[in-house]
Amino acid sequence: MTAVLPSRPERPVGGRLIDQFEYGLDAPICLTWELTYACNLACVHCLSSSGRRDPRELSTAEAEAVIDELQRMQVFYVNVGGGEPTVRPDFWHLLDYAVGHDVGVKFSTNGIKLDRARAEQLARTDYVDVQISLDGATAEVNDAVRGTGSFVTATRALANLAEAGMKDFKVSVVVTRENVGQLDDFKALTDSYGAQLRITRFRPSGRGADVWDRLHPTQQQQRELYAWLLANGDGVLTGDSFFHLSALGESLPGLNLCGAGRVVCLIDPVGDVYACPFAIHENFLAGNVRDEGGFQRVWRSSELFAELRSPQTGGACTKCAHFDACRGGCMAAKFFTGLPLDGPDPECVQGYGETALAARDSAATTPRSHLDHSHTGPVRGQPTLLGMPAVPIVKICDESPLAGLAPG
Amino acid sequence: MTPGFDPDVPWQRARSVALRPEPFGALAYHFGNRTLSFLKSQTLVTVVESLAEHPTARAAIEAGVPEGQRPAYLKALADLARTQMIEVRSS
Amino acid sequence: MPETPQTDAPVPATSAAVEEPLVEESLVEEISIDGMCGVY
Repeated sequence: MTAVLPSRPERPVGGRLIDQFEYGLDAPICLTWELTYACNLACVHCLSSSGRRDPRELSTAEAEAVIDELQRMQVFYVNVGGGEPTVRPDFWHLLDYAVGHDVGVKFSTNGIKLDRARAEQLARTDYVDVQISLDGATAEVNDAVRGTGSFVTATRALANLAEAGMKDFKVSVVVTRENVGQLDDFKALTDSYGAQLRITRFRPSGRGADVWDRLHPTQQQQRELYAWLLANGDGVLTGDSFFHLSALGESLPGLNLCGAGRVVCLIDPVGDVYACPFAIHENFLAGNVRDEGGFQRVWRSSELFAELRSPQTGGACTKCAHFDACRGGCMAAKFFTGLPLDGPDPECVQGYGETALAARDSAATTPRSHLDHSHTGPVRGQPTLLGMPAVPIVKICDESPLAGLAPG
Repeated sequence: MTPGFDPDVPWQRARSVALRPEPFGALAYHFGNRTLSFLKSQTLVTVVESLAEHPTARAAIEAGVPEGQRPAYLKALADLARTQMIEVRSS
Repeated sequence: MPETPQTDAPVPATSAAVEEPLVEESLVEEISIDGMCGVY
């Protein structure tokens, strides 16, 4: 039962959609569903600290039950990720099941399974969108973060999709200090495959927390990125993730607010529901789809989401002239850098975030998720950013995410 | 009248569009062009869903909307036509 | 899209009531949205 608090403000009539979003929706618009924590890669900045499968993963039947619920809730589409979703043996079945039950699928992949046959299958399937993750326009820049061989894997998948006549597939880039100078090259690369470019913000989530200081764009780079988006952003998607840059001037297209628990949420591989895929932490855990009432009950009635759907205090930020443009930035970025949620974003373009970071208690540790599914040993195609030696790929055909790991 | 929108022919919600009621009206998602629109009143949702049952869009509006508001609803349908959320039907 | 400053104060309404949005306000708003951080 939902307790209706008499003091909760009434939802306004009409007005801007952005105001309606703050009060919540009957179903999420941009629901993310991480199908597995297993992954063939070990990217240094992985938002979900993926690598090893969690033994409590939802079964095929449980996943189908979630899809049935999403259909009843009339969710338009679901964003499937992981880990690497295609390493689940039932991935292709679940894809067809979703599409067959009126739920579109957009999935994010490193391309490992997208051979010619799968590319052709996808090109024939309606209501499915694909995006290939790539974090460098060259193998050198990309593989430092995603692992040796990952650039080749991704571009091979892009070539297969292009040859199969797939429409509207995307390349998705996490913008870092190392690749922000390659934006034009990314555009050229994606154009060459007939794909669309997406660039998204790097958050200090998951393993990203360990490399954020080193990899997040500098203030100067943020200004360059903003200028690039204004000049070249037509046709470049941003995942609505750069709204904190809107405080630099003209607002970027998209919804300029944090949608966690209001417009978006995450279903993780074990059925836990978090406010956002960048907030996998018990503070943002709303419930589990295995609980009575399933996902719908969590989305509509959880305490956490009710809190997020009451008007948020912008705190100190409300006094800033740019608050309406940036709305205080990204909740996950603040949380995982140890900043208060009612204060500036760590990358606040006015510099208030840097001030806040410097003011943090140096003895306090920043929050860490209770979950870490990272590979525990070296992985074939190890990222080299952190100076670890690359492990040579010995068995190309061995695709098991557990390959190469010491037992226990 | 917005050029391109003829309210005196038969219309219907586009077949590639899903419409989901919300407390504030509805969200409409076009699976073909991936655009999302926000319909700000329940009355507009009712008009859109009833288009297929009327000989013209104008008739659908006249059936469901008080006279003083009809221009706003005509404009709303023109907006929806422009983003292909509604389409002309053959009969 | 750049947003205009705050609209009028919220008008209390229940979902059963027939809303009458301001006549000059458009009844349709197109949303430019690309996954809202949900498609990482």
